[in-house]
Amino acid sequence: MRKESIVVILSGGIVGLLSVLLTVKIFGDNTNPPNMGFCIACFERDTAGALGLHRAEPVQYIRPEILGIIIGALIASLLLREFRSEGGSSPVLRFLLGMFVMFGALVFLGCPLRMVLRIAGGDLNGLIALCGFIAGVLVGVLLLKAGFNLGRAYPLKTINGWILPAIIIVLLILAITVPVFNPKASALPDGRTNSPIFSSIKGPGSQHAPLLFSLIAGIVVGVLAQRSRLCFAGGVRDTILIRDIHLLSGFIAVFAVAFFGNLIAGKVKFGFEGQPIAHTEHLWNFVGMALVGLGSVLLGGCPLRQLVLAGRGNTDSSLAVLGMVAGAAFAHNLNFASSPQGTTDWGRAIAITGIVVCVLIGLLNREKS
Amino acid sequence: MIEIDARGLSCPIPVLQTKKALEKNPTEVTVLVSAKVQVENVTRMARSKNYEVKSVEEDKKEGFFKIHLARKSK
Repeated sequence: MRKESIVVILSGGIVGLLSVLLTVKIFGDNTNPPNMGFCIACFERDTAGALGLHRAEPVQYIRPEILGIIIGALIASLLLREFRSEGGSSPVLRFLLGMFVMFGALVFLGCPLRMVLRIAGGDLNGLIALCGFIAGVLVGVLLLKAGFNLGRAYPLKTINGWILPAIIIVLLILAITVPVFNPKASALPDGRTNSPIFSSIKGPGSQHAPLLFSLIAGIVVGVLAQRSRLCFAGGVRDTILIRDIHLLSGFIAVFAVAFFGNLIAGKVKFGFEGQPIAHTEHLWNFVGMALVGLGSVLLGGCPLRQLVLAGRGNTDSSLAVLGMVAGAAFAHNLNFASSPQGTTDWGRAIAITGIVVCVLIGLLNREKS
Repeated sequence: MIEIDARGLSCPIPVLQTKKALEKNPTEVTVLVSAKVQVENVTRMARSKNYEVKSVEEDKKEGFFKIHLARKSK
């Protein structure tokens, strides 16, 4: 086996292992929510909530995993001399695509990584979502074959690539110190105040592994994902497009290790009903994840890959990440986001709209060969 | 000699453009890419199409890589 393949499989395996460890009680009683050791979409959404960009009280927490992934990618890219400030490849379109990827993810309730983790926990809704994801990637592949291209990124002054990592360092300081910026922002019925920086008192946002463990797990994933180029959309895309299973093997390694880890931890429960932070609307699990698959192919990588590219200086990916954060805020403020009770009318409408918008973006950005 | 300028393009477009060029069965192809990851991706695809990487030159000043591919003799 080539070294490259070993690196991607090993990285996938470690991501799978950390995903399980973040949901078991090894460093105290609080852990990440079930089947949510990592979820790029959910964690960006929680972080948006912590800053008060949306006010959905159960999902507000600066997730150190997100910060860690960007810091890890930054460290690895500096050490490997791959850090490179660049940008200019349709940045506004990438912001928009990031928003729609987030809308799709919040209709399903998870990014591609959490989809894999949900399947690894026995959540069969994840399998329906996987079919949707593959369908979305397939549409993206057809658009690529038709000449879709968002254009070149050009080298930028170094400072540009450091902006998102700098924001992340500020967020890390806020996550550690949890300052109160506005005590009058929100008074709770029991007399306590929940003020920005928000931190959920109940709900998924209140479920989190200890900060230091989450941060280190994120950094490890960031380093490995930068080194191995791990990408969930890329895995399916390359398998269909060029019959190359290199990235897919990383995807499968995440699943295999998470599944066996969950088995050992006694966390596998097969079925559609009663799965944690999930709903059973098959059509919309399919459509939501189809939107994520399609949007991710147009962006050139899944939400995890966008974080990693942003960490290594790609400002176009920074825009996609910021688009996802804005999308999360809109999704909760405007009631697009699903809950375990199911999808919303607006969520279903926005998922369909998103697919139409992505196909239009795909068609309008074809390059003649 | 075919030269493909895939600098600054997102995944998987450098690979697709190279693949398209290799389908014309040229003896040699040069591919310009910006990132190390694209060097790896183009290399992997070229090998699967019976091409070998003769050299990879890095232009540090301009920040890109020049990959020389050549068809393997049977």
